[in-house]
Amino acid sequence: MECQEEKPIIYTMENKPIVTCAGDQGLFTSLYTSLAQQLPREPMEWRRTYGRAPKMIHLEANFVQFKEELLPKEGNKALLTFPFLHIYWTDCCDTEAYKSTVKEDMMRWQNSLRTHGSADWVIIVVETNDTKKKNKTNILPRSSIVDKIRSDFCNKQNDRCVVLSDPLKDSSRSQESWNSLLLKLRTLLLMSFTKNLGRFEDDMRTLREKRTQPGWSFCEYFMVQEELAFVFEMLQQFEDALVQYDELDALFTQYVLNFGAGDTANWLGSFCAPVRSWSGLLLRRPIDMEKRDGIQRGEASLLDLRSYLFSRQCTLLIFLQRPWEVTQRALELLHNCVQELRLLEVSVLEGALDCWVFLSCLEVLHRIEGCCDQAQLAANCSHTVGLWAYATDKLKSLGELCGLVSEKGPTSEDLNRTVDLLAGLGDERPETVNSLQSPYKKLKEALSSVEAFERHYLELSHAAMEMYRAIGRLRSARLVGKSLAEFYMRKGDRERAETFLQEALKSYVSEGWSLPVTHTRKQIAECQKLLGRTEDYLQTSALLAGDVNLTTEERKHFCQEILTFAGKSGDHSNKVTLSMGVFAQLTRLQFHPATASVHSGAILQVELTLRCLMPVSVHIQQVAASIHFDVDHGGTHGRSKGAQRQTNPGTVEFIQGNSSAGPPSSSAAGPSLELDEIQDRSPSDNSLNSTGVVCKNTHLIMRRHDSNSPPDTPNCVSPPTVAMKEGAQMLKVQDVKLEPGNNSIIFTAPSGQPGTYTLRQLCATVGQVQFVLPHIYPSVQYEVYSQEPQLTVEPLSEPLLAGLPQMVKFTLLTGHYAVKKGDALQLSNTDTMPILPSTSCTARTSNPAAELVGESVLSIQSSDKVTSISLPPTPPYHTLEFQLEVLCIIPSGSDRPANERLTNGEVRHRPRSYSHPDTPMTAIDQRMSIDCPWSIYSTLLALTFYIPFKTKHSLLSAGNRKYIQVCVQNVSDVNFTLAEVKLTEKQHASLELQSLNTKEQQLLCSKHSVFCLWEVRWKDDLPSCLQCVFSANFSPLNQDVSAFKPFHYQFQLERVTTLYSVRAEILPPAGEQHCRSGFLCGLEVCITRLTEPAEGEMAEESKTDTDGLKTTKLMYEVADSSSNWAVCGKSSGMVSMPMTANATHKVQIEVMPLFAGHLPFPKIKVLKYLPHTAAVAIQPDPDSCVENDSLSLLDKTLDDQGDTASIRSRGSVHSVGSGDQQQKGVAMPRLEPFSPGQVFNHSHARQVLVLPATDDHIMEVNAT
Amino acid sequence: MAVCIAVIAKENYPLYIRSVPTQNELKFHYTVHTSLDVVEEKISAVGKSLGDQRELYLGLLYPTEDYKMFRKLHNSFTDVMCNPFHNPGDTIQSKAFDGIVSGMMVQTG
Repeated sequence: MECQEEKPIIYTMENKPIVTCAGDQGLFTSLYTSLAQQLPREPMEWRRTYGRAPKMIHLEANFVQFKEELLPKEGNKALLTFPFLHIYWTDCCDTEAYKSTVKEDMMRWQNSLRTHGSADWVIIVVETNDTKKKNKTNILPRSSIVDKIRSDFCNKQNDRCVVLSDPLKDSSRSQESWNSLLLKLRTLLLMSFTKNLGRFEDDMRTLREKRTQPGWSFCEYFMVQEELAFVFEMLQQFEDALVQYDELDALFTQYVLNFGAGDTANWLGSFCAPVRSWSGLLLRRPIDMEKRDGIQRGEASLLDLRSYLFSRQCTLLIFLQRPWEVTQRALELLHNCVQELRLLEVSVLEGALDCWVFLSCLEVLHRIEGCCDQAQLAANCSHTVGLWAYATDKLKSLGELCGLVSEKGPTSEDLNRTVDLLAGLGDERPETVNSLQSPYKKLKEALSSVEAFERHYLELSHAAMEMYRAIGRLRSARLVGKSLAEFYMRKGDRERAETFLQEALKSYVSEGWSLPVTHTRKQIAECQKLLGRTEDYLQTSALLAGDVNLTTEERKHFCQEILTFAGKSGDHSNKVTLSMGVFAQLTRLQFHPATASVHSGAILQVELTLRCLMPVSVHIQQVAASIHFDVDHGGTHGRSKGAQRQTNPGTVEFIQGNSSAGPPSSSAAGPSLELDEIQDRSPSDNSLNSTGVVCKNTHLIMRRHDSNSPPDTPNCVSPPTVAMKEGAQMLKVQDVKLEPGNNSIIFTAPSGQPGTYTLRQLCATVGQVQFVLPHIYPSVQYEVYSQEPQLTVEPLSEPLLAGLPQMVKFTLLTGHYAVKKGDALQLSNTDTMPILPSTSCTARTSNPAAELVGESVLSIQSSDKVTSISLPPTPPYHTLEFQLEVLCIIPSGSDRPANERLTNGEVRHRPRSYSHPDTPMTAIDQRMSIDCPWSIYSTLLALTFYIPFKTKHSLLSAGNRKYIQVCVQNVSDVNFTLAEVKLTEKQHASLELQSLNTKEQQLLCSKHSVFCLWEVRWKDDLPSCLQCVFSANFSPLNQDVSAFKPFHYQFQLERVTTLYSVRAEILPPAGEQHCRSGFLCGLEVCITRLTEPAEGEMAEESKTDTDGLKTTKLMYEVADSSSNWAVCGKSSGMVSMPMTANATHKVQIEVMPLFAGHLPFPKIKVLKYLPHTAAVAIQPDPDSCVENDSLSLLDKTLDDQGDTASIRSRGSVHSVGSGDQQQKGVAMPRLEPFSPGQVFNHSHARQVLVLPATDDHIMEVNAT
Repeated sequence: MAVCIAVIAKENYPLYIRSVPTQNELKFHYTVHTSLDVVEEKISAVGKSLGDQRELYLGLLYPTEDYKMFRKLHNSFTDVMCNPFHNPGDTIQSKAFDGIVSGMMVQTG
């Protein structure tokens, strides 16, 4: 801090508001110390004008002796020298003395104040006991002097006269008196501040409003407002002080901007003077009086004004403990000054501003370092780093300007320039003369020699980079690094330069900034070329040659660099391998044929689309793709795999990262899913076990994404080491000319061995240079397969109907087998499916692409056992198709031929008929055995035929007469015509079957039935067993007569003869003509034996009675299922029938009709009763009575008959239980039904009229 | 008035960048790229302070003695992003956006 002895006003923060003291100086001096100490002790609230927030403020004062000169003259705007309060001190207690001298003195004092318009005064009367004691004689009441003074001076302002009692004593009274005095003084001071500052501010504003008037001067105004700032500073209101400077700053800035916009102010002229001094900021003095004087005189340059203004702001900010704002403002100021000088078109020596900025940066940094400790500095380097970087930048440009960066050193011109620049710095300021590291010294030293410059520049650069790194501003650090690299390049140190450039490039590439990438890469190329790093240089050149940001000329240049190198003749060790991506991009790959799957030996072409990035067309000696070969163990089934995998078969599109360092497209965020369908088939029958979808490139998709990892771009900073793997097989094309843009290259792929061929790498050779694509991704492969010949037979139309000629299609995939002339297929003939000879049978041959290549007529020769089909010669991997007509003979009924052997010795499989779940038709699997020329084994093929008909037969009786009915149901979807319906009996020639069918031909529509009826006539005896054959011819509707095919149905009827006739009569109650409901009537059942017992019957079920008469036991039962009748009493019973013709048995049963009307007769069943003694040897043949289930009969009739329940249960036990031993152990009687036709019921379906019981008025009507 | 307008993707690559004195384009690219340091700093600072203080204006990003750099231009960018045919992440190629940018720029020959 400095002191100005000669000046009364001290421009430091030591300034205090001036308070003048008049009157008794001795008195004041005695009190001064405690007054000065105590005044600032308590804060006072300062209420402000213009809505400013009130502040608590500690008041201090500089007490000076009153002199008339101190009072401001009219028009004097000085505020610092302004006395804010005037005090008159007196300890007079003597009226006389007062009247004689003091009053007069006061009057004078008051007058001089009044003339200067100052109303801020106070009179302090000090009372001490000592003074009272001294003047005891003239003592007056204490108040009287004060009162006098008040009445004399304080006109209605009694507060302007204060009493201080016993100030030097340590009593409570004294303290109280002091306190009130201090309070009074503070209040008055504040009042004075408010009033005087307010007036000053008003004046200042008025002055500011005049700024548009000509003759207004910014410098003048500056001084006025700064006065206010000084006062605030004096009052320690630094914030307010700063506001004053900021306002001045803004005002000035606005003027400069207006100047730029064409609005010139006259006073700005002085600031437009050429800059002569660039000594930088000076922040070590609180007030730079030198500059301030310059401003006051209106001689300051722009830099002076700015420097002064900033130094004041800096001082205040540091008072406010905001050093980081200083650095921020400093950077803004420096930028601003440079711009303002440019805007005002001030002429500046080249480099002078750089000096100024450099010095200023360092000065600010020094100033900040001076008021902060190291830890603070380190923690806040984000605030200072800008200044460091700026200083670095400026030093670099100074170095360049002064020839300190070149390899040769400065020229004389450079030296002259340096001298001029140093001259503008002037002498070092006294403050820093003794400091070793002052900015001034640094700059002087740096400009003095190349070495010193390098030292200083590197020091600064590294400091800036370190700081940027420390705060994570890596981009900024790299930019500084890049600038450093440029320096190194100028110095010829390319190695270091490249390191920095590569680092910067990495960042630009990873973030996709194409222009910086191009620029930096160009610089790298220069380094690499000079360093002789051929491979790197060529790689970079290739990248640059394909860089669209460069001009065509530049690109051609770099392309030529590569071609020149490539053209150099040299030994092979000199070959250079570069990444393909920089030279050309593989965009598409197409297979011809598109399935990418051919049989061995076939031609497969691969078409590559290469997008050449070079600006000119390039002649390539060889393009080669290496192939990885996998023997395909999958064998013949590989064929479908290749085609399924690609959505667009045969074409693979390669998604590229963008050409040059464009933005990494969003697709680069992740590779797309590659899905593949998998099917797990059972190895035995090729049926599907499971199916699913698998992702083939999970390793790419599922990998962890590094948040910082740069997206993949082809522009790797340093090309990956690529090596061309020498594969056994290569696709090669010689001498290709690649034009800029898309080029198509066609390879013929090797397809010798069956297996999978994967394209791995691609390599383009240009002389000494090889461009290698190390991985072709997504992986591309094609398959070569070898296939066994395959013969399949399939129906031409579904379903194949048995009994009719049907076309079947034979398909022969020749596979690797070439069908020679004379090759024939040998079909073993079967009886059940003869192959129908046809006049013309053509075979169609088609190539693998399913194009028809030939047709020829087949010759078919049939012998007994074998049908031979001669095949036309067919090349491998072709398809041969022909059709044959076959007929599957419908198996007729119970035909059971013995197993036969086929011609080839195989056991003939009898076609088994079975019912198919999908169709009502019965299916027959018909197997074919074919001997093929390519195999020693027979090929077995199966065809499924469906029988279109279902046939049923039934025996009908009328008394002794017998009828046979056959029902043919058409279960197919085809309509047929039936003709020549015939029924024959095979064993009994005497038997005559008289047809009752009238129509010759019968239409049999789909899902309909035809019934045919024959009456059986016989001469002697009706055989108990009939072997019948139903035969008919059928053909699909509307077909020729020749199309009729026979249909046979064999069946056997047993126990045909009628043994018993049953007659029932219903007898009305006695005396009644008709039955009445609710009244009992009689049911007479008459069972008559019709025939003599046949032989078999005798043995089977008769027993000889004791009297020798042969009888058989029958059981009858009456049951009414429809609840029309109530059977009263026994409903069933046993009769013993003599086994003679016309033996009759009558049974009387009481029944009661339950309803009126024509009621059907109750049903009467007759069953065989086999007593327990009877041998149960013969089980009924299950085949013979399929339709008649004994159990169902029993169930139906015996259900709720209490008394027969035991029989039924016993019977059921027997019919179900099947062990003979069980029967022997517990011999039980059992029931057996008669075969249909053995019992004829005369009264079947007869009805009887039943009258209502009484005149029943209730009639039940059922309307349905 | 602006001399250079850049829209930067969140991955820090330029979606759009245009400057008026075209001869200085490279310098602008460098500058804009470097200013991303400050952008990152400011954005992460916003993330840290709790509450929804979504101050879109980031202030002075990179002071140079030549130009001042700010971040502005949001509405038009929103429009571009609303274009159903625009694939977010692609570079911006929109005439309307171009026009608005031109309006913000100094028209110096």
